[in-house]
Amino acid sequence: MLDLLAPAAPRPVHLAVQEVSKRFGRFLALDRVSLEVREGELVAFLGPSGCGKTTLLRAIAGLDPPTEGRIIQAGRDITLLPPGQRDVGIVFQSYALFPNLDVRRNIAYGLRGPAWPREKVKARVAELLAMVGLEEHAGKYPAQLSGGQQQRVALARALANRPALLLLDEPRSALDAIVRSRLRTEIRALQKSLGVTTILVTHDQEEALSISDRIVVMNAGRIEQIGTPEEVYRRPASAFVAGFVGRAGSFTAEVEAPRRLRAGPVRIEAEAAASLTPGQAARAFIRPEDVRLGPDAAGHPGAFEAVVTGVEFLGALCRVHLLAEGVRLEAEIPSAQLRHLGLDRTARILVAIPADRVMTYPEG
Amino acid sequence: MASLSWRRALRPTPTLEQRLVGLSLALAGLLMLAALVLPLASVLIRAFQDGEGRFVGLAHVAAYLATPNLAAAAWNSFWTAAVTMLCVVPAAFAYAYALTRCCVPLKPLFRAVMLLPVLAPSLLPALALIYLFGNQGMLRWLLMGESVYGPIGIVLAQVFYCFPHAALILSVALSGADARLYEAAAVLKAGRGRIFATVTLPGAMGGIVSASVVVFTLVVTDFGIPKVIGGQFPVLATEIYKQVIGQQNFHMGAVVGLVLLLPAVAAFLIDLWAQRRQASVVSGRAVPLQPQPRPARDGPLFAFCLLVAGLLMGLVGVAVWGSFIRFWPWNLELTLANYDFARFDSAGWGSLWTSVRMAFFTALFGTVLVFLLAYLIERGGVGGPLPRLLGLAATLPLAVPGLVLGLAYILFFNDPANPLGFLYGSLALMVLNCIIHFYTVCHLTAVTAIRQLDPEFESVGASLRVPIWITFGRVTLPICLPATVDIFVYFFVNAMTTVSAVVFLYGPDTKPASVAVIHMDEAGQVSAAAAMAVAILAINILLKLLHLAAAGRIEQTTQAWRRR
Repeated sequence: MLDLLAPAAPRPVHLAVQEVSKRFGRFLALDRVSLEVREGELVAFLGPSGCGKTTLLRAIAGLDPPTEGRIIQAGRDITLLPPGQRDVGIVFQSYALFPNLDVRRNIAYGLRGPAWPREKVKARVAELLAMVGLEEHAGKYPAQLSGGQQQRVALARALANRPALLLLDEPRSALDAIVRSRLRTEIRALQKSLGVTTILVTHDQEEALSISDRIVVMNAGRIEQIGTPEEVYRRPASAFVAGFVGRAGSFTAEVEAPRRLRAGPVRIEAEAAASLTPGQAARAFIRPEDVRLGPDAAGHPGAFEAVVTGVEFLGALCRVHLLAEGVRLEAEIPSAQLRHLGLDRTARILVAIPADRVMTYPEG
Repeated sequence: MASLSWRRALRPTPTLEQRLVGLSLALAGLLMLAALVLPLASVLIRAFQDGEGRFVGLAHVAAYLATPNLAAAAWNSFWTAAVTMLCVVPAAFAYAYALTRCCVPLKPLFRAVMLLPVLAPSLLPALALIYLFGNQGMLRWLLMGESVYGPIGIVLAQVFYCFPHAALILSVALSGADARLYEAAAVLKAGRGRIFATVTLPGAMGGIVSASVVVFTLVVTDFGIPKVIGGQFPVLATEIYKQVIGQQNFHMGAVVGLVLLLPAVAAFLIDLWAQRRQASVVSGRAVPLQPQPRPARDGPLFAFCLLVAGLLMGLVGVAVWGSFIRFWPWNLELTLANYDFARFDSAGWGSLWTSVRMAFFTALFGTVLVFLLAYLIERGGVGGPLPRLLGLAATLPLAVPGLVLGLAYILFFNDPANPLGFLYGSLALMVLNCIIHFYTVCHLTAVTAIRQLDPEFESVGASLRVPIWITFGRVTLPICLPATVDIFVYFFVNAMTTVSAVVFLYGPDTKPASVAVIHMDEAGQVSAAAAMAVAILAINILLKLLHLAAAGRIEQTTQAWRRR
């Protein structure tokens, strides 16, 4: 799903959030948040629960206007406009489907007024039903649908009026992993074919990485980083992002020399440590796929020995837990290679970490 | 972007919709002020003023304490209520336990019989007891020389009258059981007694407290039963009536009103406290408990239910039978003469018609007001203290005895300085009084129904450019229709049977049937009084049957989506 080859054609900015803050009494839910979303882009707001991502979404939707700042959509200041005067469609956390209306009436709910004569509504609903693949469920009530089908109805209802901006709040009800993954692929395909600018709120980093053009990583009411999935994964802007997005083994260390970390007796070359002053405490993160084991590690300068404390079988991959003189690491290797390495529980193995793959941040 | 002006706190201008919601809430606030807060305040003020409006401090209270009859009345009210509570709550618990946790046959019948006394005025059991144990009573010998006119009659009639209220509360409390707790207890090898003591009782504790409090308050504040069967036995409810209607002593009436308010408010607070502790005993993920048959338990409970249902039916039956008797107990020939009300009371059948109109308007306007206000408080999206104050005002009437509310209305609306004084003695004022008197239970029903709806429904509407009233009409109201109809029926039934508040408020052309019952009884026309009470009961049963029939239709048309 990653458009690694897509040229970064500069499309016009559709939505600009400028220095937006939101207070609930004394609690500061959003702290001077600024970002831009370009036309046709799918941007994910990613963060742990309580980080302010839903608050930001609701501010953009007009459901809870911000206490400070400005929100501009397509050149128009919409900061204080009620939701009905904005050009947005929203899929709610709970979907909020009307339980007493069938699928067809739910989808047609916003299609009213002189702009929508009966025939036109009928045609539009048929079109939307086909789009989300629910033609044969049109007469059912929401309670008769599965969670995935409910989400599609909510999506069709939100898109009915052809909004310029689609806001997707994270579904609260737990869908199982496979359904969730299939739905997000569908949403992405739909979003691309319609070209609708979309903001997606999620705490699931896998979801954010797999379908978005850019990710806004949030924590405690602030934006930690904005970037493409690859940037966020490969070059996290902060220790928080490194720990939250993707898996990583982490340990505290001391900056021993401009490009070297020391954790107990273990010394690790780290290019990123160049920006830190020697003697400073640091936290290092290492992605499991970056850890070289056995023959792959041999010959690396600075390779060291570690004890294998456990192996998790994940299917195609295996996760190997390592302990080297107090430093805990995780490695992921193809299951076939595991047999090749002949690892069992107490084996010692040679470990190496490429110096350009150690992500280092000042501690504290 | 150099301008910093937009950095200051933003204040959105309200939309037309928000203005309308705000305006409606403000109007509702005015109504609550005029119909509840100010009248109650006038009771408070009057208790500390003399005839010329000067402040006299505690003089009236001192006078009250010095009057032996009034002090005795307080004590009598207290102990009869306590005795009634001790009789009713265990019996109601057993009855509700049988209906919810056991495999007892005839459950629907037992449920229906349980509701019977709610539909009758509280005077009806008292009249039936007079037939049985009064001076000409058939079973008078059972009392062994004691008189039914007094505490015995009061407690007996109150037990009958309060039983359904307690049983209803307890069946709700007992029906929300989590089967997983019982399984866990059984797996941990707890015996039946221990499971009952550690799982069942704590789970129902909130309901038990609630039921006790409700029974106590009902007895202390009920006027009809002590009036009819109390004889010379003074209780607070009859004393306040004597002071106000008999002696026109509004100041002393106000003091007695305050004394009557004390236990009611205390009970209200205890209940509030218990409800808060009860809050989340049954979680949303609870697995409902399916009772399993066990003859050793079901058999005796079935016998008990038969006995209780028999007594309830029996007492109502005696009143009905008595109302058709020519001259109790000497001439048991059946007759309709007692239903020729014009012979006994100048209003005749007219008072029944007045009651029906009053109940209908109470139900109509009350339901609309309750539901709209509950919706606006819950979902109006208006900030500030007004919604919370209105929510508080809506729960206040539960703590105000009908007699006190009636007295408050006399004092407030009969004041020559009040521009609303023209309402005094009109049907409109009685309707308003009934709406306020029965407001709280209806409000809580509406709030419960509305809270079951997804809080985002209005947001969905807003984001799709659909005004809030369309969403209200297309989604909220249809989903909540059963609750709305319940509220309507509750208002109607209670307005038909109420005596306590309206007894102060009726005018020459607006005497309700329940008051006519009292007057006929006062005049010694017990059979005619019973006939009128039976007529009230019949109308309520009719409405209830209509409700049941309509509920099926409503279920079909508006609740189809609930079926899977």
